[in-house]
Amino acid sequence: MPEQHEPDRIVLSPEALKSRRQRNIAIGVAVGFFALLFYVVTIAKVGPNILSRPF
Amino acid sequence: MSMIDESDDLVATSFAGSTATPSDYLALLKPRVMSLVVFTAVTGMLIAPSRIDPVIGFASLLAIAVGAGASGALNMWYDADIDTVMRRTKNRPVPAGRLDKNDALGFGLFLSGMSVVTLGVVANWLAAALLAFTIFFYAVVYTMWLKRTTPQNIVIGGAAGALPPVVGYAAATGDISAASLVLFAIIFVWTPPHFWALALVKAEDYHRAGIPMLPNVAGPDRCRRDILLYAVLLAPLGLAPWLLGFASLGYGVLSGALGLLLVLLALRVYRVRTGPRADRCALGLFGFSILYLTLLFAAIAGERAFAILLAALSFHA
Repeated sequence: MPEQHEPDRIVLSPEALKSRRQRNIAIGVAVGFFALLFYVVTIAKVGPNILSRPF
Repeated sequence: MSMIDESDDLVATSFAGSTATPSDYLALLKPRVMSLVVFTAVTGMLIAPSRIDPVIGFASLLAIAVGAGASGALNMWYDADIDTVMRRTKNRPVPAGRLDKNDALGFGLFLSGMSVVTLGVVANWLAAALLAFTIFFYAVVYTMWLKRTTPQNIVIGGAAGALPPVVGYAAATGDISAASLVLFAIIFVWTPPHFWALALVKAEDYHRAGIPMLPNVAGPDRCRRDILLYAVLLAPLGLAPWLLGFASLGYGVLSGALGLLLVLLALRVYRVRTGPRADRCALGLFGFSILYLTLLFAAIAGERAFAILLAALSFHA
């Protein structure tokens, strides 16, 4: 059986993994908030007639 | 295929050592400066003759706050070398080694772009252009150029900190007015005595970092004189919102009293030049200058908010 070559990869330390996870969560929350903000701003800009506009 | 693998490895390498947490990135935004920017920008919005939709106003303030934070991140990227040698700044994420310098640059540039575009889309492009200019002025003109070359660094650089009320007013109206420029002028003239009072005490720190603050270059005596001159200039300028009619007589009385106290404290700094008492006087002026600006802007904002509330209540009644 030929010897399997393992590519050189850096193994993240538990601390680095934890902080990466925290960063990912923060980015997710920020993107979600940003999307929600633009949704609400759009509603505010279009005004109360948003549902009675002709299609 | 091999190129993809290599790039994967590069990605793995660049992220491998990073233990930066979201709070480190938050620290890059200088939250305390951000809160002051939001506070003055709100005041700028409130003095506007036209009312801004609360949702648009909130989104605009968020964009202004993020823009201010972005310029703070760019400042920490560029000043990482001097932040390392100053006691006050050596625990910031970049000099402390918790966050890579280039990550701070990328973060600052990304947020700068996002905040300006967001303000443009949400409010208007004059406000966005003013925000872009504020970020440019703080990050490039002040941080990269003035800070390390002239003792007038914080005098000219103070324009960046003074612009948020103008941006706030522009976000609400799409215009610039004498009233918003008066708020700009108050913060602009307030900045030198505020920072020089601290620089008198931290002169050794600034000397070690090679920053040409006024006490280090021209000497503490000249600095004390200039602090007094700016305080004397600031006290009557603080009355301008009342004289121009966008603040009440009550504000005028408060501003006059606080201005007089500011001049007295500056005079004490001018007179007491040696010993630990001199440092205490300078720190006392530094602390009071923060209170002075906070109370002035809170009084203007409070009055306007109250008037808006009354108008809303009488409309519904």
